[in-house]
Amino acid sequence: MHIMEGFLPGIWALVWFVVAIPVISYGALKTARLARNDELNKSHIAVAAAFIFVLSALKIPSVTGSTSHPTGTGIAVVLFGPAVTAFLSAIVLLYQALLLGHGGLTTLGANVVSMGVVGPVAGWVVFRALNPYLDLQKATFAAAVIADWTTYLVTSIQLGVAFPSGPGVAGVVDSIVRFASVFSITQIPIGIVEGALAAGLIGYIAMSRQSIKTRLGVTA
Amino acid sequence: MNRWLAAGGILLGALVVFSFVSAGAWGGADGVAGDTITTINPSYEPWFQSLWTPPSGEIESLLFSIQAAVGGIIIGYYLGRDRPRGQSQDMGSDLP
Repeated sequence: MHIMEGFLPGIWALVWFVVAIPVISYGALKTARLARNDELNKSHIAVAAAFIFVLSALKIPSVTGSTSHPTGTGIAVVLFGPAVTAFLSAIVLLYQALLLGHGGLTTLGANVVSMGVVGPVAGWVVFRALNPYLDLQKATFAAAVIADWTTYLVTSIQLGVAFPSGPGVAGVVDSIVRFASVFSITQIPIGIVEGALAAGLIGYIAMSRQSIKTRLGVTA
Repeated sequence: MNRWLAAGGILLGALVVFSFVSAGAWGGADGVAGDTITTINPSYEPWFQSLWTPPSGEIESLLFSIQAAVGGIIIGYYLGRDRPRGQSQDMGSDLP
């Protein structure tokens, strides 16, 4: 999902920065406000960010003979929604771009949009839709899996529109399919692993204090 | 034992075991996507290089480990600190 440094033409790098920056800024403000308001929020923000740190560091072998990594955004999405997730993802992606040569500064905007914005929005919608009907862990599982898969789908679309294999829409679609085929099968089991780990962790978080259950509208 | 974590762990273990028995280069999918770019557009040259890359694979894995370890410590610290009293045994098993 990390588009490598320099691997997006300048115009597309700029476009994704323009999309990402307002969301990151709003997310940063929201994170600061949440942390100020409530001591419990602070620890939950730390756990959500830490989950992104841990999972995005794991390069997991998959059934296709290549490795890929989870996004770890599920916990942040469920607890705080997409804006805060975008801010936290930006921090992790910046660390990886500067210290690991993984992803890049020019592609940071695009990578934040896939991992921090669109994937989390999809996961958040799924969580909101399912939460009234399923228990917290099942809804979190679904949200994390969808956030992970959507992230990689968005990366494929970003690469497809930047590198069409032919003229017109057909070339773009063909490219998107080619990039999606690099990621899709690899990401299916990894997304499921990510979902299960997120569901497990949210169970412990929910047990740790009663107030979170109230906030998530879970009755138990 | 939280059964979601158990399921995730088992699936993760299965993927790792699968990597022993199956042929594959086990490179990163991010790199494969980069190769696909050069296949589609052979004339494309990355126009920016990473400011700094780890000088070796070992140092890279060190930095990745630090990333994971810091995250793990934070999760462990807050979950342990916020654990309600009287529920120290068998957390997670009686969740809905």
